[in-house]
Amino acid sequence: MMRRLLLAAGFILSALPAFAVNPDEVLSDPALEARARALSSQLRCMVCQNQSIDDSNAELARDLRLLVRERLANGDSDGAVIDYVVSRYGEFVLLNPRLRGETLLLWGAPAVLFLAGATAMILFVRRRGGGPTGTPLSEAEKAELEKLTGERN
Amino acid sequence: MIIELGHYALVLALATVLVQSVLPLIGTIRNDRSLMAVAPAAALAGFMLVLFSFSVLTFAYIVSDFSVGNVWENSHSLKPMIYKISGVWGNHEGSMLLWLLILVFFSALVATFSANLPERLRANVLAVQGLISVAFALFILLTSNPFLRLSPAPAEGKDLNPVLQDIGLAIHPPLLYLGYVGFSVCFSFAIAALIEGRIDAAWARWVRPWALAAWSFLTAGIAMGSYWAYYELGWGGWWFWDPVENASFIPWLAGTALLHSALVMEKREALKIWTVLLAILTFSMSLLGTFLVRSGVLTSVHAFATDPTRGVFILAILVIFIGGALSLFAFRAATLKAGGLFAPISREGALVLNNLILTTAAATVLTGTLYPLLLEALTGEKISVGPPFFNLTFGLLMLPLLLAVPFGPLLAWKRGDILAAGQRLFAAAAIGLVLSAAVLYAKNGGPVLAYFGLAIGFYLIAGALTELWLRAGIGKVAANVAFRRFVGLPGSAFGTALAHIGVGVTVIGIIGVTAFQTEHVVEMKPGMQVEAGGFTLTFDGMRRGQGPNYTEESGHFMVARGGVAVTEVWSSKRLYTARRMPTTEAGIRTFGFSQLYVSLGDAMADGGIVVRVWWKPMILCIWIGALIMMAGGAVSLCDRRLRVGAPQKARKVKPVLEAAE
Repeated sequence: MMRRLLLAAGFILSALPAFAVNPDEVLSDPALEARARALSSQLRCMVCQNQSIDDSNAELARDLRLLVRERLANGDSDGAVIDYVVSRYGEFVLLNPRLRGETLLLWGAPAVLFLAGATAMILFVRRRGGGPTGTPLSEAEKAELEKLTGERN
Repeated sequence: MIIELGHYALVLALATVLVQSVLPLIGTIRNDRSLMAVAPAAALAGFMLVLFSFSVLTFAYIVSDFSVGNVWENSHSLKPMIYKISGVWGNHEGSMLLWLLILVFFSALVATFSANLPERLRANVLAVQGLISVAFALFILLTSNPFLRLSPAPAEGKDLNPVLQDIGLAIHPPLLYLGYVGFSVCFSFAIAALIEGRIDAAWARWVRPWALAAWSFLTAGIAMGSYWAYYELGWGGWWFWDPVENASFIPWLAGTALLHSALVMEKREALKIWTVLLAILTFSMSLLGTFLVRSGVLTSVHAFATDPTRGVFILAILVIFIGGALSLFAFRAATLKAGGLFAPISREGALVLNNLILTTAAATVLTGTLYPLLLEALTGEKISVGPPFFNLTFGLLMLPLLLAVPFGPLLAWKRGDILAAGQRLFAAAAIGLVLSAAVLYAKNGGPVLAYFGLAIGFYLIAGALTELWLRAGIGKVAANVAFRRFVGLPGSAFGTALAHIGVGVTVIGIIGVTAFQTEHVVEMKPGMQVEAGGFTLTFDGMRRGQGPNYTEESGHFMVARGGVAVTEVWSSKRLYTARRMPTTEAGIRTFGFSQLYVSLGDAMADGGIVVRVWWKPMILCIWIGALIMMAGGAVSLCDRRLRVGAPQKARKVKPVLEAAE
C-alpha cells in the first residue's frame, strides 16, 4: 500500500496538469460515455504502475482516453476499440489479459488448482481405512503413565 | 556517539540471535537441558538489543540528526513530530528494522509465555525464530543499514514523501507487520514439530492463539491500508489488486485457512499434515510478500536486474527458508500419523471445503501477481494482469464459500446432517432475501446481481446469529435459561459468530459502493451547484493556507439536503515545499455508513476548477466489517487464554494464571 502511495505521488509529480477524467473529455451521449468508462477501466496506463487509464492522471492516459472516445464516436464496437488499442500498444495495455497460449496457465490456474485440490481430498478420504487414530504415547509418556497407575494400584 | 551505540546494539543482536538459533538446536540433539535453556534468555536479550537499536534510530529522527544518511533522506526539521517518528519506517531501511523488531518481539513473547511447553519443543521453536532473525539482521546490516553516517552532515533533510505524511503511516505498517511477521511463530512451531516428528492436538492448541493474533493484526493492517489509500489518493478507490496489496492479501487468505484447519486439528486431531503445511505456506507467503515489495522486482524486472543486491539477498532468504521447510516437510511428513476420521458432510468436511477454496483463492491471487513477472522473465513478453482478472476469478471462488460459511458451525463434528442445517438456515436466507428486497424497493432499481450480493451479506449476518440463537436455545427453553446459556457460551463461539458477521458486513459494503456509487466530474465556479446522493453541494470558492511544511489551496462547499444546510466540506490540494510535490486532501463527510467524497482537480483557464464528487453508499461497512472480524479474533483469543492451561503441571499452582500462548 505504502509503495502504491509513493508511486501514485510520483505520477502526480510527473504529470501535474491533468486529473483522471476531466469534464472536457466527457462525451455528450451518456450511453457512449458509459461504454468509454467501462473500456477505460480495462486499459492500462502505460507509464503507470498498475493503474487503469480511467484512474490515472498521466498525460498519456488522457491521450488514450481521448482515443477510445474518438473510436467509439466513429461507431466502433467495444471489441474493435480493444483490438485497435492492442494493435498500437500491444497486449501489455490490457488489464484483463485475453485467453491465448501465453495466458492459458493464468486463466486455467484457478480451475485446475481447485479441481486438483478437490480430487486429492476425495482420494485421501477414500483411501483412508479404519486404522487407529490419534497420537500414540511416547515411551516417556508410557513410563509416566505406568508410574502414575502403579502408584494408584 | 549514540548512533554508533544503536548500530553496535544491532550487531550485538545479530550475535545474540545466532546464539539463540544454534545452541538450543545442539541442545535438543544432545539432549542437553542447559543448552536448551539458553533459548528464552537469548530471545529476550535479542529483543532488548533490537529495541534499543530501533529507539536510537527513532531518536535520530526526533532530533533531526542529518548526519545519519537515512534521516537526511527521509526527514525534515519542520516536519510535525508525529511524522518524524512514523517516518522511521517510511523508508526501506527503517521498515526492515521494524520488521526485525517485530520478529524478535514475537520471539520474546514466545519465550515469556511458553514456560509450560515441553522443553524440546520450546527450544526448537525459539531456535527457528532465531534463524529467521539471523537472516534479517544480516540483511539489514549488509544491504540496508540505516545507521550509516554522512560527512559533512547536511544542514537540512530532504523530507518524507508527502503522501506518507499522514496518520496512516503511523498505524498501517506496524499493524501489517504484526500480522505478517506474527505468522513466523506458526512457521517455527511447524518446523519444530517436523524436527521432533511428533505432533498432536496440544500442538494445535499452542499454535492457534498465535495464528489468531497474527491474523487479527493482519486483518486490521490491510483494512487500515485500504482506508488510507481511499482517503489519501484522492480518486476514491479502496482496493486496487496492486501487487503490493496482493502481497499482504495472500498471507491473509492462507492465514485464514490456517485458523480453520488448526481448529479441526485441535478439536479432532485430523488434518495434521495439512495444517503443518499450511503453517509453513502462510509464513512463506509473508516472506514472498517482503521479497516482492522490498526487492524492487515489481517496479520492473530491469530495475531489479540493475541493482540486485537487496533482491538477491531476500531471494536467498526466501529459497533457504521456504525450500528448507518444504524439504523438511517432504522428508518428515510421513512420520506424522493421520488423525481422526470424519464423513464428508461434517464440521470437518465444511472446514476442509473452506481450506480448499481459501488456498485456491490465495494461489489464484499469487498466480495473477507473479504471472506477468515470470512471463516476461521467460519469454520477454509483457502482459498486464489487473483488477478485471482478479475480480472475476476471486469473485467466482468466493461465491460458494460465502454461501457455505453459515453451514459450517451448524454441522456436527464427525458426521453432520446438511438437510437439518439447511432447514435451520432457512430463516437466515429468508431474512437476507427480504432485506435485499426492501433495499430494492427503496432504491427502485439497480443491477440484479447487486441485490443478490446484498442478500448474501444479510444472510451471512443472520446465519452467524442463527448459530448463537440455536446454541442458547432461544425459543426452546425458558427465557432466563436461554439467557444463562447465551452468556455461558464459550468465547470461541462468539468469536466465530463475530468474524462471520464481519464478513457479511464487508460484503454489504463492497456491493453497496460498487453497485450504487455515483460520480460527478464537473468544472465549477463559485456559486455553482452539484447534486450527489440526495445532497446539493454549493461551491463557495477557494482559500489559500499555509501548513508547517506545505502550502495549500482549499475549496469550500456548503452541503444542503432539501434546501436545508446540513454541513460543509473543505477539499484541498497541497504543495509540499521541500520536495515540490503536490497531494490531494479529499474532503469527506460521513452520513451513517455512507460518505460524500469531494476531490479537487485542476484550475481551468477561465477561473473554474475541476471538482469530482462521489456519493459512496455503505462504503464504511467495508472497514467496519474488517474491524468486526478482528474483534472476533480477539474474543476468540480471550477464550483460549482460559482453557489453554491444560498442559500445566497441576502441583505447581501459580498465583497468577499465566497465559499459555
